[in-house]
Amino acid sequence: MNSTAFAPWEDPEATPLIQFQNVTKRFGDFVAIDDLTIDIYEKEFFALLGPSGCGKTTMMRMLAGFETPTQGKINLAGKDIAPVPPNKRAVNMMFQSYALFPHLSVWENIAFGLKREQMPKNDINDRVEEMLRLTRLEKFARRKPHQISGGQRQRVALARSLAKAPKLLLLDEPLGALDKKLRQETQFELMDIQEKTGTTFVIVTHDQEEAMTVASRVAVMDHGKIIQVATPDRIYETPNSVYVADFIGEVNIIEGTATPNGEDSYAISWAEGQSPLKAASAKPFSEGQKCHVAIRPEKVTINAQKPDGVDNLVQGKILDIAYLGNISTYHVELPSGTVIKAQAANTRRIARRSFTWEDSVWLSWTATAGVLLAE
Amino acid sequence: MRRAVLIAVPYLWLLALFLVPFVIVFKISLSDVALARPPYLPQFSWDEGILAFLSELDFENYIFLTEDDLYWKAYLSSLKIAVFSTVLTLLVGYPIAYGMARAPSEWRPTLMMLVILPFWTSFLIRVYAWMGILSNEGFLNQFLLGIGLISEPLIILNTNTAVYIGIVYTYLPFMILPIYAALDRLDGSLIEAAEDLGCSRLSAFWLVTIPLSKNGIIAGSFLVFIPALGEFVIPSLLGGSGTLMIGKVLWEEFFSNRDWPVASAVAVVLLLILVIPIVLFQRNQEKQQEAEQ
Ligand SMILES: Nc1ncnc2c1ncn2[C@@H]1O[C@H](COP(=O)(O)OP(=O)(O)O)[C@@H](O)[C@H]1O
Ligand SMILES: [Mg+2]
Repeated sequence: MNSTAFAPWEDPEATPLIQFQNVTKRFGDFVAIDDLTIDIYEKEFFALLGPSGCGKTTMMRMLAGFETPTQGKINLAGKDIAPVPPNKRAVNMMFQSYALFPHLSVWENIAFGLKREQMPKNDINDRVEEMLRLTRLEKFARRKPHQISGGQRQRVALARSLAKAPKLLLLDEPLGALDKKLRQETQFELMDIQEKTGTTFVIVTHDQEEAMTVASRVAVMDHGKIIQVATPDRIYETPNSVYVADFIGEVNIIEGTATPNGEDSYAISWAEGQSPLKAASAKPFSEGQKCHVAIRPEKVTINAQKPDGVDNLVQGKILDIAYLGNISTYHVELPSGTVIKAQAANTRRIARRSFTWEDSVWLSWTATAGVLLAE
Repeated sequence: MRRAVLIAVPYLWLLALFLVPFVIVFKISLSDVALARPPYLPQFSWDEGILAFLSELDFENYIFLTEDDLYWKAYLSSLKIAVFSTVLTLLVGYPIAYGMARAPSEWRPTLMMLVILPFWTSFLIRVYAWMGILSNEGFLNQFLLGIGLISEPLIILNTNTAVYIGIVYTYLPFMILPIYAALDRLDGSLIEAAEDLGCSRLSAFWLVTIPLSKNGIIAGSFLVFIPALGEFVIPSLLGGSGTLMIGKVLWEEFFSNRDWPVASAVAVVLLLILVIPIVLFQRNQEKQQEAEQ
């Protein structure tokens, strides 16, 4: 990574905007957030990713001030926010349900927060107009929320939460209700807005593609804990656990036992009658330690003829082909019963493809293609 | 065909239960009082024909209503009492409805039950019970004397105060239920959004909760105001000689004076006055239904 890239989390001098310090949140006996510690920096686009019920909304609600941590401390710009009520925080939230005021017009919804600040009338007008322009809602200013479409409502909610120019904007599954195309458009719009306004965004999503598209860093959560925080490419290329590897994108997981056979190099014995796999790992594994090799399907090469000089080679039968237009995913069953997915670009027309269902094929990948994971 | 029948049913209902009685009352209001049975003339008879019958009808009784200031004073006083008690009912009912809507969901059916429970006993018995509570030797005075808060019994029964208490008590459920329905539907995240945007608890209540329960408030107010305006039992049992309400005047004309024609005229005018709030109420309901679609 070059020195001009935006990466304050790598700078030990940088002070985080938000600090969760050993935060635990319990609802009765139920632990929604479990001893969570994390730093989020100014101007970041930070994505919380995880399955439903893992505590993403709860984290947001603690930042917005609707829940208080049972234990631990949350700092915003260096100050503990526990005693600050929601209406006094420089934080705005875009609700999962949008929570637009149904009795107010689009214009009044956007102006709502500004009016509470006793802003002069002219300034309110200017600011609302600016927000309407930014979200391309000028034409709908006089409409009530029930008179506009879902996508427009979502933009009103965004405009309303941006209007007060908060230090921190919380977006709780903001694009959940949109269809795919509008969703992608809006993702880029969000990134654009974030760049223009310099606001720190924390976005909750359970869509990994969305997190990868918009975020500067992604936190993968499970059961109230953060499993891994890293940039989208690190999360994808070097997941720290099977859970993360599995959660982000498609992956082949092969279980086996490790035997060190050189510097950062291991032989993985994994199935009866198959030669051990070669895998590289900077993380040390001991002799006979249980491990998992995680390989992305696009890093597995598929061939009709046996290739030479490859690190890992297995033979199998094509079970299934998922045709995705530009690429195809081949599900290949090995003699041991394991199914391995391989992806290949469809550079030829389908009719001229050199293998099809039931064909015997060779799969190969390099020692560095996969990641060796302990758990 | 089926459509026609479906539309006809409510109209037939209206015709049988409202229009026919109204026409009868209206006809009586155009007649003259007489020592007869029933106590007014003319009576329709086939021998004389319909024209002769119609020619004897006139608006004398309506003119009489304008000449004696008892009537317009009674209308005005009823209006005042109805408005004031509607406001009181709202002030008492809103917090109750709000509390119910905020209560844990497992409690709500019970609370709802408690609001409706009084309807299980006769309205008349409950008003009589209030006489027992409010009279000079009643429970309230005994209690207040007992704890030493007052040294003389309060005179509440047979005053307008007792009438207000009676109306608020009787019509409270009609206020609570529509407001509760509106508050129950209110999405809690709207209040949080308001706070998030800088509202205090109180201003979120004024700017979001109140406007969004407006339809419930309006519906409840009409449901209290309309029957309170013509209320007869409460003012005659709890009110005193000074309590002037048109319902009471109506009753006296019918049963004490046996002047059916004037009583009918009073009733027709009362109905015309009530048409205005009823129409407004209907409008509000329609608007609400539209908004919900
Ligand atoms: N007010 C509450 N009372 C009890 N349990 C709650 C409350 N809010 C959230 N939870 C529980 O905490 C867990 C995390 O919820 P949430 O943060 O909303 O998850 P998500 O990651 O889907 O946004 C869920 O199991 C939910 O049932
Ligand atoms: Mg959620």
